[in-house]
Formats: sequence, C-alpha cells, structure tokens
Amino acid sequence: MKKIRELNSFTRTNIACYGIVILAFVVLYPLQSAGLISHSISGQLVPICTYVVMAISLNLTVGFLGELSLGHAGFMSVGAFTGVITAISLAAAVPSPAIRLVIAIIVGGLFAGVAGLIIGIPVLRLKGDYLAIVTLAFGEIIKNIINCLYVGIDESGLHFSMKSDAALGLSDMGRVIMKGPQGAVGITKTATFLSGILLILFALFIVLNLVNSKTGRAVTAIRDNRIAAESVGIGITRYKLTAFIISAMLAGMAGALYAQNLSAVAATKFDFNTSILILVFVVLGGMGNIFGSIIAASLLYMLPELLRGLADYRMLIYAVILIFVMIATNGTRSKLIIAKIKSLFRFKKSPGEGAANI
Amino acid sequence: MKKLTKILSLTAAMAMAVSALAGCGAQKATETADTAAGTSAAVIKIGGIGPLTGPAAIYGNAAKTGAEIAVEEINALGGDIQFELQYEDDENDAEKAVNAYNKLKDWGMQVSLGCVTTKPCIAVSSEVFSDRIFALTPSASSTDVIEGKDNMFQMCFTDPNQGIASAEYIKSQNLGTKIGIIYNNSDAYSTGIYNKFVAEAQTQGLEIVSTQTFTDDSANDFSSQLNAVKAAGADLLYLPIYYTPASLILAQADKMQYAPKFFGVDGMDGILTLENFDTSLAEGVILLTPFAPDADDELTKKFVEAYKAKAGDVPNQFAADAYDCVYSIYEAIQKAGITADTSAADTCEALVATFTSPEFVYDGLTGTSVTWQTTGEVSKKPKGMVIENGVYVGMD
Amino acid sequence: MTFISNLINGISLGSVYAIIALGYTMVYGIAKMLNFAHGDVIMIGAYMSFCATTYLHLPVPAAIFMAMCVCTILGIVIEGLAYKPLRRATSLAVLITAIGVSYFLQNIALIIWGSAPKTFSSVVPFGSLRLFGGELIITAESIVTVLANIVIMVGLAIFTKKSKMGKAMRAVSEDKDAAELMGINVNVTISVTFAIGSALAAIAGVLLCSAYPVLMPTTGAMPGIKAFTAAVFGGIGSIPGAMLGGILLGIIEIFSKSYISTQLSDAIVFGVLIVVLLVKPTGLLGKKIAEKV
Repeated sequence: MKKIRELNSFTRTNIACYGIVILAFVVLYPLQSAGLISHSISGQLVPICTYVVMAISLNLTVGFLGELSLGHAGFMSVGAFTGVITAISLAAAVPSPAIRLVIAIIVGGLFAGVAGLIIGIPVLRLKGDYLAIVTLAFGEIIKNIINCLYVGIDESGLHFSMKSDAALGLSDMGRVIMKGPQGAVGITKTATFLSGILLILFALFIVLNLVNSKTGRAVTAIRDNRIAAESVGIGITRYKLTAFIISAMLAGMAGALYAQNLSAVAATKFDFNTSILILVFVVLGGMGNIFGSIIAASLLYMLPELLRGLADYRMLIYAVILIFVMIATNGTRSKLIIAKIKSLFRFKKSPGEGAANI
Repeated sequence: MKKLTKILSLTAAMAMAVSALAGCGAQKATETADTAAGTSAAVIKIGGIGPLTGPAAIYGNAAKTGAEIAVEEINALGGDIQFELQYEDDENDAEKAVNAYNKLKDWGMQVSLGCVTTKPCIAVSSEVFSDRIFALTPSASSTDVIEGKDNMFQMCFTDPNQGIASAEYIKSQNLGTKIGIIYNNSDAYSTGIYNKFVAEAQTQGLEIVSTQTFTDDSANDFSSQLNAVKAAGADLLYLPIYYTPASLILAQADKMQYAPKFFGVDGMDGILTLENFDTSLAEGVILLTPFAPDADDELTKKFVEAYKAKAGDVPNQFAADAYDCVYSIYEAIQKAGITADTSAADTCEALVATFTSPEFVYDGLTGTSVTWQTTGEVSKKPKGMVIENGVYVGMD
Repeated sequence: MTFISNLINGISLGSVYAIIALGYTMVYGIAKMLNFAHGDVIMIGAYMSFCATTYLHLPVPAAIFMAMCVCTILGIVIEGLAYKPLRRATSLAVLITAIGVSYFLQNIALIIWGSAPKTFSSVVPFGSLRLFGGELIITAESIVTVLANIVIMVGLAIFTKKSKMGKAMRAVSEDKDAAELMGINVNVTISVTFAIGSALAAIAGVLLCSAYPVLMPTTGAMPGIKAFTAAVFGGIGSIPGAMLGGILLGIIEIFSKSYISTQLSDAIVFGVLIVVLLVKPTGLLGKKIAEKV
C-alpha cells in the first residue's frame, strides 16, 4: 500500500514538473510571437530557461547526491565556450541555425561532462566543506584559464594560443573566436524560447528518470547514510560519479544555450557569484525538490529585474528578500507557524523533499 | 511541495509589492523630469546602461552623473529639444546589460548611450544594431563594440588607438628605452591596449624588458610584479590599466623605492581624484588622456563645478565622456532636425548620417574638432599630460 | 636575494589572509557555519576606521577601537537577526543567508559611501625596514600584520583554553546539545563568538587596507574568498591552521607569480590547494573527524 502511494507521488512530481514547463510555454510562446509581452520579459525567457536547467542540474549534485558544489558555473563555462567554438566553426557547414544550436548544445554538454569526470574523480573522495572548496577552486581555475585563452579558426582548422590573438597565426581568411578576457565575440544568436523549453524538458526527463531509477535510489541511499549504503554493496564512487557527470553535462548544455543567446560572452561571467546564484535557486526551491528549483530559478531571476525601479536600493532589497525568505522557509519558529497553518489545510507531504544532511 | 507554496507566495508577494513601489518611484522620476522640461511635453528619451552596483560601479555612476548634468543643462536652456534620461544598472555583465536594454526599450528609448564598460557593450551593440537604435557609448573602447555596426559610435578612443598612440608618444618624446609593462589580463580594455602597444613598440624599436600581469581577483599585491620589472631594469613602466590598481602600484613601488617613469593611459585619469590619495606618489606620472579636470577652460570649470555639486567629488574621464555624448547627440539632433515625434529608426538613420558627415564637428570637454568615422570610431587627439605638484600639466 | 624578497612579500600577503582566515575559522569552529559575510564585515571595519581618521580626525588607536566596537555590534546584530533563527536549519540554508548578508553589507556600503574608491591612510606610523643596503625591504605594515597575527592567535588560544567562556565555546563546538545540558547558554556563547570574530574583522580590515590602501564596497569580497580558502587549506576550525594556511597561501601566490606565470597565478594557487586537499582531505592541521555510524 505504501509503495503505491510513493509511486503515485513520484508520478505526481513528474506531472507537476513537466506540467508547469509546458504550461509556461503554451501561455508565453503565443504571447511572445504576437509581441504582446514587453521586451523586458521576452528578453528574459531564454536566460530563465538556462538558469532553470542549471538549477535542476545542480539539484542533482546538492539535493540528491548531498554534496555541496560551489563551482557549478565552471561547467556552464566549459559548455558555453565549447558550444560557441562549435557553432562558429560550423557556421558555413551547417546553414540551419536550429541544427547548429543543437550540435553546439550537445558538444557543450559532452565537454562539460568530460570536465565533470576529470574533476569528479578526485573531488568526490572529499566530504562536506572540503569538497565545496575544491569545486570552488576548480571553478576559479577554469575561469582563469579561459581568461587567457585565444582561439581562432581559418581554413586549416582551429588555432589556440595563451598569448594574444596575433599569436594565433591565422590566415587572412581566419577569424578570432575567443579573445582572452574579452571572451567570445560575434556569436550569432540562435537560441530561442522554444529551444530553452526543450532543453528544460530534456533535463527534466534525464533527472527525473535518474532519480526514480536504481541509480537514483542508490544515490539517495548514499546521501542519507553512506556507510549503510556501502554495507549493502552499493558502489559509492561509481554512483556518485555518474550523478556528478550528468549534473556537469546538463550544466554544460545550459551554458551552450546561454552563450548562443548573447552576442558576446566572457569567462568572468561564470565566476563564484554565478555558482552561488544557482545554489541559491536550489536551496530556496528546496533541496531534492525539482519542481521547487524550477519555480525558484524563474522567480529569483526575475526579482532583480522587477526591482529595477528602485535604482540604488535594488540589490539591497534583493538581499533583504533573500535573507527573509531563507529565514521564513528554514527558521525554527517560522517552521512551526507554517506547520500549524498546514495542519489546517492538511497538505499531503511529498517525498524527495527531505532536506539533505550536508 | 510545501516549500514551493511558501516560496511562491512569499517571493511573488514581495516582488509584486516592491515592483509596485518601484513603479511609483519611476513615475515620480518621470514627473520631475517632465516639470524640468517645462511646458513642452514632448521629450526625446535617452537611455544609458552601466554598472551602478558591484566592483565597477565607479565607472557607471560617473558616466551617469556626467550625462545627467548635460541633460539638465540642455533642458534648462528651454529650447525645442528636451531630453529625458534613464540609466539602468548592468553590474558589468553582458546578460544583465541586455536585460537593462530591453527594459529601456519598453520605456521608449529613442537614443542609446550604449554601455559604459566594454564587455556588456559588445552584447548590447548587436542589439542596437538589429533594433536600429542609434547608440553612442561614452567609454566602451574595444573595436569589437563598433565592428560591423553602422549605428554604434564611440566617444572614447579605441583600445588599439591608445596602444599605438602610447608607443608613438614614448618614442617621439624619448621617455624611456627599457620598458616594463604591468597589465590586467582579466580585463578586455587593458589587454586590448597591451596587445597593440607591443606590436607598435616593435615597429618603433622600443625594447620591452618585462611583461607582468594581474587579474581582478589578485589586484591587491603587486610586489612580485614590481620586483620582476625592477630586476629587469625597466626605466619606464607602462600601465595600461585603471587608476584603482594603478594607485596601489604607485604606493607599493614607492615603498620599495623603485622610481621609474610611469606611463598610463586614459584609465589612469582619476588617480588624482581618489579621496585621501597622496598625490605626491603620482608625481611625474605621464598619461594620455583626453580630459583633465583642472584644465583652465570655461567648459571644464563649469562641468567640474556642476559635478562636484551633484556627486560631491571630482569628475573623471567617464563622466566627461558621457557629458560629451549627450551634447554631441544634442548638436546632431539639432542639425538633423529631429523632434521627439521622430521614430527611433528614423532618428537612428538621421543621426548616423549626421555623425558621419564631414561637416559635423564637435567641440567638448574631451577634445576639440572631434569627428567620427563611418566605422563609429572617434577622431580626437589624446593629450599627453604629466602630473606635477598634484595637477595635470600638458606636455606638448 | 630576490628569493628572500619574494618570500617576505609572500609572508606579508599571507599574514593578511591569515588574519582574515582567523575570523572564518573561529566562527566555523564554534557555530559550524561558513560565514561568507565575514569579508564584508572587514570592509565595514575598514570604512569605519577610514571615517574616524579622515572625517572625525580621531587618533589611530581611537579609530581602530571605534571600528572594533561598530563591528562587534554589527556582528552580534547579524547573528541575532539572520543566523539565530536558523540554528537548527541545514548548514546550506545558513550559508545562503550569509551570502544574503554579504550582499546586504556591500550594497549598504555602496549607498552610504558611494562607489568611488577611497585611499586608506596606513595606520602604521613607521617606515619600511631596509636591510643589506636597501636590497631587502620589509614594509612596516607586514611586520605589524605578522605580529598582530601572532598576538591574536596566542590570545585566542589562551582564551579558548583557559577562560570560562572559552571553555564554553569549546563545549559548544564539540556538541551543542550536550553543552546545553551542562548548563551552557549556547545562544550567548555563539553571540560572543560572533562578537569576537567581528572585532577581529575590524582589525583585519584596518590591516588589509593599510597594506593595500584602496577601499571600495567590494574590498572585502575577494580577500574574503581567498582567506576562506586559506582557512580550509589549514584545516577549517583550527586556529593555528588558519594562520599556517594563510601564510602558505600568500607564499604560494607570490612564488607562482614570480617563478611560473603571473597570468595563471590564480589557477596555480587553487591547483596547489586541490592537490593538498587530495593528499590531506581535512586540510593541513584539520582534525580527522570520526564518522558517526
């Protein structure tokens, strides 16, 4: 009996997640096509999609795997730049922008996945705050290296340099793709709201299936009690690494989409602050709660934009709201109050939202 | 799903409350601008974007204040052309800049002041290009900002321009034979100037003995860079960087008793305005800048006074460039006969034609007989300045 | 001689990291939270001292004292308003709140003092020390910072070992619930920890800005992250570890700039950190925590 209820709630979560995304699309897409929503909102749609995917993917690491990562933007960065290089390299060979975007996203995801593997093997041996600081360090290293990287392309292929664009030795036909601190410039914008929604659905499909699979249960078991999990024969490293790589891969895909939405993107964008921003989405949405991540990422992304009229006080108010919401949702006293209200309405508790012990 | 409900309700409620407040605030601002504009209701809307918060906030706020002064002055003239200015924050981030740009578009922006800093400006420039809105950036100096965009113009020198001018100047004035360089390799502006400087130094036959870098994340300690430059025997230290790290380099060089000639670019301007800065440290520093806040001419004096009254400190080059942006747009609008009713697209075409026409010559704070090329690049002469007794003195 | 000179520069940079890291590690050790706002409390401390000397023309000791008082109050207020309600929440929730506090402090500083950087006058009234005919120069600021580090470290060690409050702190650090059962007022103990940590932040701010005299609302952010790294490097929660971690981080940073590459120095510093943590997963002097089954 209990099993059935569990199953049902899993399905319920699935329906809620897919439902809200599809609903958002169905409502917003016609409005956007008809030009009925403001430029401001319409311009935020793709970034919101990107951050939703980022939040979903980080939730896999933080919420399900139970490991604090402070360098998630690093994977986004890898995906963004490999995606840009791919898209620009294929500009002549693949005339369709949609196909080029898909290829860029796939390549970005693959490279970020490889980065996840390289980083994951050593990192996952560590625990807690030490793991957090190493992911932070990796994020900073990726930023620092990309900041020094010059990439160009001509008929003989890609050229790389750590010195300057002149050192690339490009022929007259060549063009510079990445210019060190200036980042990648001259990107043709190919990202659309539709592609963003499709990427979210893809990320949801991967993550929700993973969570409900054998691997997912193993990962949750590791999070809740590592030693117990180990003692029943769960291969800790393998499962942890799988989840970490998938998380990195999705972040890379989000990064590729992100870069294809701007005509210029620089490495400094993907710094510690961006990693933290995504972490805020995940924590506010509820660790292990995918639906919460989607909502939190969308609302919190729009919040500073909504606050623009406040000018100088904008970020101040944003900070106050952040603290307030954190205390309201996690504070001891406010929790009691909320529990009381809830008992009045008899909300059903859904699984998968048990806060991870980190 | 309990958290969700909480967050949803809380955040949404707060966001709405605050945005309602924000709406009121914005409306108030509009009202005051309207009253300033006198009876004529039709105003031309100018939008600007820059970092008003975060580590680069100094540049954005300076440009904003400079532009505000120009708009107030023009509106006070009471002519047919009245401006309304709105500045949006981009936190020195391309994505936020595009959001800010969209916000301004919703507001009805007819002319854009681009972005203050380079990286966001590159992203916004392709937006103004596809939307056909005329843009003149005060200070985004990379050539990537204007490349391939006919309606994107610059008020400042381009980075290559500065690099080449610096090398030529050092050679022609015979300022040094062994050159050391410290630049910021996480900054597009600094790296852009550096790359061109090295290329030009080679053609000029200048010897570069040591090249050192730093990043925004490690812009505190310069001891190892200074040690290396000193050990290489550099007699001229070229600093294509902003004045904040430059002030640290000067202080640390002084502590280690290393006193080469220091040569800066326009980002160095502002070093004398640093509050509480010991100007004796900057004694003898040479810099190429289009603007000196203690110049004697009436225009500069008036501007510096207005700026002090408004912001409480001495304006830097960003403020002066933004001021010039508004005035050059004002003159061009007069010339092209644009009114508030002209659509943004028509305004754009008319302004592009005016700015690129050889008859359009602008005299302002940052240069006289300023003209623009069809690429969007500005033609004005950088002035060589040397700091003597805490003030700029022209070198030529 | 260049080597020694670089070493000294490394130590003086490292001692600045160390003094900030002490604050991180102390709060972590007792309250078990990463106080990401620590870097910004440092910035507030520096601004306070700046205002006291520049606008109020107070003598340096009075200015430092004033900065310490303000920061202590600030620390207690932050703890009481933002962290206390989250005492039983997950550490991640507290981390995000700390980040919120950090944004708050940065933006309030931006509104109060504006975005224009200010030059901080050094509080150290002596000149640099010259050795070997001026070939080796040690700045007075770095001597003072190193000395301050040692004094604070020894002071903290004695305080936590000997005083009643210090013992209470150690008890809270070991086991909050058990400490409470023993009649220790956990809330007061944690408040005192924050008060001390914030007073240290004021000193750190003054020393940071004396060594690198530029003051902006974001002044504390990057040194804060570096110091946090240093604290983890040395073993977070360990007071001598913070000192060791800070100084080593400074030396590594200067050496990688001087001997490898200035361009990639950030990457190298973090690379070394990763290697050290892989070899010694709880930092250099960190306690190996027995796992609870």
